[in-house]
Amino acid sequence: MQLKFHIEGGNFTKAGFASSEVKKYLRKINISNETIKRIVIAMYEAEVNVVAHAYEGEILVNIDSKKVDISVIDKGPGIEDIELAMKEGFSTASQKVREMGFGAGMGLSNIKRNANEFIIKSQPGEGTSLNIIVYLNNVN
Amino acid sequence: MKTSILVEKLGANVVCGKEHLETKEIEYAFASDLMSDVLTINAKNILLITGMANIQTIRTAEMADIHTIVLVRNKKATPEMIELAMQNDMIIAESSNSMFKTSGILYNMGLKPVY
Repeated sequence: MQLKFHIEGGNFTKAGFASSEVKKYLRKINISNETIKRIVIAMYEAEVNVVAHAYEGEILVNIDSKKVDISVIDKGPGIEDIELAMKEGFSTASQKVREMGFGAGMGLSNIKRNANEFIIKSQPGEGTSLNIIVYLNNVN
Repeated sequence: MKTSILVEKLGANVVCGKEHLETKEIEYAFASDLMSDVLTINAKNILLITGMANIQTIRTAEMADIHTIVLVRNKKATPEMIELAMQNDMIIAESSNSMFKTSGILYNMGLKPVY
């Protein structure tokens, strides 16, 4: 099963819609609530990042019997120093993003914490891509 | 603990999810205006105390499996928040008390901290 979403940069009203749709789908198939929570929290953090930092993005979610594989690809300013961006507390978020309750520099590390596999690549000036994989057999 | 008992003690105004007050049980509470922090907590049956009243408060609660939100400092839920909360069978209660006072009352009633 593949689900595909277009994410609009800057539109906080819609942020989380894609993650919500994925959560609804996962609830219909036989996955534990704990695993669903890990998947949707990782995806929501990534979705909010696209809204907060990029011009636009795409999220592709591939679901099979063993794993949920989420690709998040955005067009945006990219990340200069990924190692620094992964540090808890480091953030380049705008005041507007902070006023929404985000931008505390927790997102990327929280994605990594909830995922079984996490790959982040970025080209400054072009965009960022994430690959988040969560196994469905609850192996951490 | 039943949600109905908690909101009554808080004197909070329930603006949506009244039909769930007798069925939703609460064991833990977490107080934060920072949704980034809410997304890192790992517990079940959590009540969220927050002064952050926007649509992302509800989205965050949805992702974190939080079904009860107490808005403090006299913050009001917007119609969009209420609509999304209803779709997710959530309870929203509004309180004119501070986050500290609300937390104190709930702590005294036996709700546990997440950490």
